[in-house]
Amino acid sequence: MNLTSDNSITWRYAKQQVFFNIVRLAALLISAALGGLLLFIIASGIQAISWDFITLPPRDSMTKGGIMPAIVGTFYLTLGAIAIALPLGVASAIYLSEYARQGTIVRIIRIGVNCLAGVPSVVFGLFGLGFFVVYLKFGSSILSGALTLGILILPTIIGASEEALKAVPQTFREASLALGVSKWGTILRIVLPNALPGILTGSILGIGRAAGETAPIMFTAAAFFTAKLPESIFDEVMALPYHVYVLATAGTHIEETRSIQYGTVLVLVALVLGIDLIAIAIRSAMRKRKKW
Amino acid sequence: MVTTANNIIFELKQVNFFYGSTQALTDISMDFEKNRVTALIGPSGCGKSTLLRLLNRMNDLIDGTRVEGEILFEGRNIYNADNDPVEIRRRIGMVFQKPNPFPKSIFNNITYGPRLTGTRNRADLELLVEQSLKQAVLWDEVKDILNKSAMTLSGGQQQRLCIARALAMKPDVLLMDEPTSALDPISTAKIEDLIEELKKNYTIIIVTHNMQQAARVSEMTGFFYLGRLIEYALTTDIFTNPQVKQTEDYITGRFG
Repeated sequence: MNLTSDNSITWRYAKQQVFFNIVRLAALLISAALGGLLLFIIASGIQAISWDFITLPPRDSMTKGGIMPAIVGTFYLTLGAIAIALPLGVASAIYLSEYARQGTIVRIIRIGVNCLAGVPSVVFGLFGLGFFVVYLKFGSSILSGALTLGILILPTIIGASEEALKAVPQTFREASLALGVSKWGTILRIVLPNALPGILTGSILGIGRAAGETAPIMFTAAAFFTAKLPESIFDEVMALPYHVYVLATAGTHIEETRSIQYGTVLVLVALVLGIDLIAIAIRSAMRKRKKW
Repeated sequence: MVTTANNIIFELKQVNFFYGSTQALTDISMDFEKNRVTALIGPSGCGKSTLLRLLNRMNDLIDGTRVEGEILFEGRNIYNADNDPVEIRRRIGMVFQKPNPFPKSIFNNITYGPRLTGTRNRADLELLVEQSLKQAVLWDEVKDILNKSAMTLSGGQQQRLCIARALAMKPDVLLMDEPTSALDPISTAKIEDLIEELKKNYTIIIVTHNMQQAARVSEMTGFFYLGRLIEYALTTDIFTNPQVKQTEDYITGRFG
């Protein structure tokens, strides 16, 4: 082996190291950003957290007391949004990937879904106000808010479900159809069960987004303040993100309520992470059973 | 061999088949006899698998395909609009190139089809599982692990499970699309023995790349080339005394 080839190997190895370190740095940066954000929220919000904080309504013009109505409100809104978007999204995905003949119409529908994903959330809020609140006379309510949030997360769920359906091996479909099982039976018994973990991934993303959005519920569901808990889906509710927005910008006690603001954010993050963890646990339990 | 009309199960009359504008099969006319093993051979892309998938309307699943001519199954055209492909596929089972068990237990793989078509009784299902697995010569190997995932079986066992799964529907015909091409020689031998056993009760049509296999298991052989049926005769005649030059070239290994 001569010197030149030795040099070139050293050089190539050095280049490789440089690139490895660049991508390593990128990954570290992302983790650091996320970690820093979480640490900051925890550090700033932890002193506000107490049993009273999560079980009592606000008092003294929201400068004291807890945030319980907002927790309940966000929980209902998120649950409602998922309950609306999941069946509709999965059904659309089944149509697009299993039934529809691939062609111009399907392409237009897909472009539509992608455009929907890119619409700013405040536009959804205005649409919800105009259509659900005013035109359908649902008023500012859980129903209007959940419907608006449901539409907002629909593209996420359709996209993830379609990917999950496509990932089910074609051989499973053929095996089932060749046994004389109908197409619908095949989708119900073979395709959907095997696509469920992927569909859940889409739902997790949707839940996170629905729980955290402020603009879509501002005009459709969220109350500035209400101490009572909702009794029907036509009631207005407080919601965590909107509560933070109100305290941080619209109140007369912005500085005094800093710790409540951070406490609320911490609760919101914990709530979303909690829901995510449940979905992830279900998904990994399902994946353990499916191997191919 | 005397062929009478009543032991013919499939009758193909001038069948043409198109994927979009590409013609995959041209003017195929042939009969398949009941309780016989018929082999379809030919080089890759010659249309033999396409023909097999026409017989249980699996090609319906592909957008933009078109069939011309008649395919009569027991005298009725399976491509008539009033014939439900789901019904046809119940009577004509299929085994694929790659073993494709469902990610379910061995038991549920077998009962999947029957359950969806009406057999619900547990005792009936258990009996059906045992019968089907015995027919597929897999019972002794799996009778104690019926609740284990089918994915834990070896490739050869999986393929016999797929055969058992098809038999559980009590079909009249078994279509086999290169059923041993993904298997080792020992598993292949087991499947070939199984075919020998099954032909007593079933009509078997098998597509194979392996000419020794065609010679070993089949009684009739059709040779396809470029979407046409070049020669169709008794297997012994095809392999010892082919009438067409292309057939001879293929079976002697000069092309393909």
